[in-house]
Amino acid sequence: MKIYVTFNLDITCNAILEEQLNKLDVQYAINGAREIVFTKKLTEQQQLGLTTSLKKYGVEVIDNQKTELIQRIKDTINEMLKDDEANLYKVSSYLSDKLDYSYTYLSNLFSEGTYTSIENFVILKKVDYVKELIATTDLSLTEIAFRLKYSSVAHLSGQFKKITGLTPTVFQKIIEKRKAFKSNKA
Amino acid sequence: MKLNNLIVFLAEDDEDDRWLFEQALTDLKIKTELSMFKNGKEMMDYLKKTDTIVPHIVFLDLNMPIKNGMECLKEMKEDENLKKIPVAIYSTSSSEKDIENTFISGANVYINKPNNFSALKKVVEKVLQLNWQYQTSNLNKENFLFRI
Repeated sequence: MKIYVTFNLDITCNAILEEQLNKLDVQYAINGAREIVFTKKLTEQQQLGLTTSLKKYGVEVIDNQKTELIQRIKDTINEMLKDDEANLYKVSSYLSDKLDYSYTYLSNLFSEGTYTSIENFVILKKVDYVKELIATTDLSLTEIAFRLKYSSVAHLSGQFKKITGLTPTVFQKIIEKRKAFKSNKA
Repeated sequence: MKLNNLIVFLAEDDEDDRWLFEQALTDLKIKTELSMFKNGKEMMDYLKKTDTIVPHIVFLDLNMPIKNGMECLKEMKEDENLKKIPVAIYSTSSSEKDIENTFISGANVYINKPNNFSALKKVVEKVLQLNWQYQTSNLNKENFLFRI
């Protein structure tokens, strides 16, 4: 004798998830986007157990926490650069205060996941902001230096040249010519 | 956390320079997959094949036979599928005019070929790091412009 079956995969997968999650004896909800929300934080042991038991069914627990934290580091740096008061803090203490992790942890995680250090990123981000202001506003370098808390125009130009290899003036000239070149072609 | 390999293309007619570039990449902590081409035409033909995986960045020598770096750059910037690929010019020329022209035509990085191996490694690493940040962070790609 033979019988034939068909699956509704969503129901199948949810049933597996529920079965395994119920074993944990914690409160949870399964969201549509394959996201499971727990009302209380799982212990490390529970997390590990769940990961292992789900693996048998080909269900992977995605470790997005680190990627997400790196994104939060970047966001926090952006905020910091645009916030006048935050600009007075040291990057390291600002980040560890805001994100509630030690700076050593954040800094290692960042280097591991992005090929570069937090310090380098901050400088790059700052220079990117300067580039943006040069390219899209009529602000003078003096005004830009003041706005971004550089001690002087010379300091701003010096860092700009060191990082980009170009002086702010040359950069501005190139951007203008590039725009003209593009609109000529269009 | 695992980072995927960066896909890197190099068009360079000088065999020794190709070899050095390859050695420099192998020595870096950043993991890469390198494809090398002997002139601009070889690279462009390969890029235009439909099944080619789009590289994260291309390095172009300026002086090459058959099709030079400037011609490749212009061709890439006019191609809908290729215009977004970041371009690093890799040249012995330090003429301001060459530099300006490549930037205006859409190059992102201008590298003066370093004259020793450890400098080369540093330069290549810096370019790959910059490129990675411009791909993954909220930086303005219009202003991705560096001279190294």
